[in-house]
Amino acid sequence: MTNATTTTDHDDHDDHGPAYGLSRWITTTNHKDIGTLYLWFSFIMLLTGGSFAMVIRAELFQPGLQFVEPHFFNQMTTMHGLIMVFGAIMPAFVGLANWMLPLMIGAPDMALPRMNNWSFWILPFAFSMLLSSLFMEGGGPAFGWTFYAPLSTTYAPASTDFFIFGVHLMGISSVMGAINVIATILNMRAPGMTLMKMPLFVWTWLITAYLLIAVMPVLAGAVTMMLTDRHFGTSFFDAAGGGDPVMFQHIFWFFGHPEVYIMILPAFGIISAIVPTFARKPLFGYSSMVYATGSIAILSFMVWAHHMFTTGMPVAGELYFMYATILISIPTGVKVFNWVTTMWRGSMTFETPMLWALGFIVMFTIGGLSGLMLGVAPVDTQYHDTYFVVAHFHYVLVTGALYSIIAAYYYWVPKWTGNMYNETLGKIHFWWSTIAVNVLFFPQHFLGLAGMPRRIPDYALQFAEFNMISSIGGFCFGLAQVFFLFIIVKTIKGGKKATDIVWEGATGLEFEELPSPAPYHSFNTAPEVK
Amino acid sequence: MSSASEETYYIPNGTHWPIIGSIGLTTTVVGFANYLHGSELTVMFVGLAILIFMMYGWFGQVVDESLAGLYSEKVDRSFRWGMGWFIFSEVMFFACFFGALYYARALSIPWLDGASNNDATAWLLWPDFEAAWPLINLPSSDKFTVAKEAMGPWGLPAINTAILLTSGLTLTFAHWAIKKHDQVKVVYWLFATVALGFIFVGLQALEYSHAYNDLNLRMDSGIYGSTFYLLTGFHGFHVTMGAIMLLIMMIRAMKGHFNGKNHFAFEAVAWYWHFVDVVWLGLFVFVYWI
Repeated sequence: MTNATTTTDHDDHDDHGPAYGLSRWITTTNHKDIGTLYLWFSFIMLLTGGSFAMVIRAELFQPGLQFVEPHFFNQMTTMHGLIMVFGAIMPAFVGLANWMLPLMIGAPDMALPRMNNWSFWILPFAFSMLLSSLFMEGGGPAFGWTFYAPLSTTYAPASTDFFIFGVHLMGISSVMGAINVIATILNMRAPGMTLMKMPLFVWTWLITAYLLIAVMPVLAGAVTMMLTDRHFGTSFFDAAGGGDPVMFQHIFWFFGHPEVYIMILPAFGIISAIVPTFARKPLFGYSSMVYATGSIAILSFMVWAHHMFTTGMPVAGELYFMYATILISIPTGVKVFNWVTTMWRGSMTFETPMLWALGFIVMFTIGGLSGLMLGVAPVDTQYHDTYFVVAHFHYVLVTGALYSIIAAYYYWVPKWTGNMYNETLGKIHFWWSTIAVNVLFFPQHFLGLAGMPRRIPDYALQFAEFNMISSIGGFCFGLAQVFFLFIIVKTIKGGKKATDIVWEGATGLEFEELPSPAPYHSFNTAPEVK
Repeated sequence: MSSASEETYYIPNGTHWPIIGSIGLTTTVVGFANYLHGSELTVMFVGLAILIFMMYGWFGQVVDESLAGLYSEKVDRSFRWGMGWFIFSEVMFFACFFGALYYARALSIPWLDGASNNDATAWLLWPDFEAAWPLINLPSSDKFTVAKEAMGPWGLPAINTAILLTSGLTLTFAHWAIKKHDQVKVVYWLFATVALGFIFVGLQALEYSHAYNDLNLRMDSGIYGSTFYLLTGFHGFHVTMGAIMLLIMMIRAMKGHFNGKNHFAFEAVAWYWHFVDVVWLGLFVFVYWI
């Protein structure tokens, strides 16, 4: 295959295994290594952001100021959001993409392996910068993860500039990662792997990557305007100079709403892989799933101001954004019904990945329904900035996005390590997490409906019971993820050997064509897809 | 490239350039952030030096591999997708600033003057304010530098438009020459393009000096100065980068790196140059003209 002109010093890449030691991980161009790095990084960030959440729940355990200063509490809510969104959920999905896309489409690696390495290795630097701001004079960012102006411009601490450049670096990383995903999917598919034969995880990631490239630069623009407003006298977000602080919200949510789908579309892909395997039936309505994903992506650019119903925009604007928002429930409903219909009369078994997938379907739908409530402009006036919003987006992001990532872990870890995880421990992890997460977030609906505002360290006495219940659920959920760390390490160290197909009902190139664990270099010769 | 077969896809060995790039990026932004709080710029320049070193080494390695024929057509296609989507990300970056411009012109400024049911806003905040574009008289000029007048489209901006459009043409002639293996012409036309690019940047600097000194138009002259300097500034930065990239293409053409079939590096830079060109047309129309 490699001919005479290339036998200098580059051609031995097909045969050699990984290098040893730290330099393997720093210099690697292997999609599996980079996927592993992403996954570990995101897990460390999950525990970091989770520990901030524990501070929040400890402070809210009882009314009154218990443990931390209000200013520090604000830093915790801000950092918790930023770390979870940009550090835990997004890199976890990129890690799964790195590991699985080449295996699913029969490619030897990602299309641009060196850039792939750089996408990852920006992240530890970006997040060190972001986290270091907590130790700076005046504290870290304390304006919420949405960093609305003028809180993030006129009234922000000095460390905000490190936050701004941290966001720039994450943006560079995300855009490079997304370019790599698109190039891989469009160019690296095995012969016969037509677009409409691609697994849905591949489809959803293709569309997610498009969303990333479209909106991360807009976020970069927004923080750049913040920077110049702070230091160079511009007045983008200052009405005294003809700008508008509400303009910040428009720009932010033009990024922020597609960002929501960036964090959930790959989850849809994962669930669409797991449910058919354990129902032992092909996915119901494959093509409608593809079209629904595309529709969601297109609609996601046209609904951003539903986050801003109370900013005083014209009524015509409120009506438009309300109707457009409610429209999204149609393609999302298509997906949920397709998963349910896939299970209908299937030969169902309930191994751990399936439990997490079912948990996703039920609880993500709860989050989706509360989203519908929030999408209705007149009632959003009541719910806006209350704990109801917090409950809503934690149902879609924790029991949605995070649950799908954990499901993906249990589903594919036998292929990664060659070892089966312990089924009993996996089931304990699921039930422990699922009970805890509902104790944690379900009461927050009631708190919000009763009028408790979000982002406050202290609250009126009538909210005491539900907050205490919620905090107990929070501590239990946090502990469950430490238990997850134990399962992860135990599975790497050993366990029952996985078969090549791993699951009785599994389909797809990664299960049907490759041994477990998948070799360091796979598909050097492309498989034929029929 | 022609020697590698379609079936093999070149997967490079481990590389240390990305980690060097990350260190360079971080050093640059940390240096700049500290500069904003009173430190010297030294750290930032160290970071930029690391970044330049990284790009020289990384691109140099890619050039060597390309000349060694390691890249198949499939690798070439990956580069094409990569460059295309990179340019799309740049389009969205500029879209953000154009969006801010349109928002200010169409919504926030009229609203401050009471349009669209905002009478109370106008009356409570700045009753004397009158909406206008370009916005010279600000709602409150306490902390701003008030400009004397706005930039006009005719004169240097129009000349610059002609220069950039011409450079697009000379670049296309260079591309035709590459396809015909006419190396002398390639270098000539590329030289013309690079020269036009740098002339554009020079004239833009003149224009800035005119705006800054004669018109008293600064970044802190309200939303007009903000959008003017950020849009033209980022565009000027992109022209400078593009011209440097073209210069490198010229040097590579002189070294005989390109042939009629294999010259994607040139094409990528050409795409980028045309993109920068189109952004300028948007700027000329919406920032300078109407």
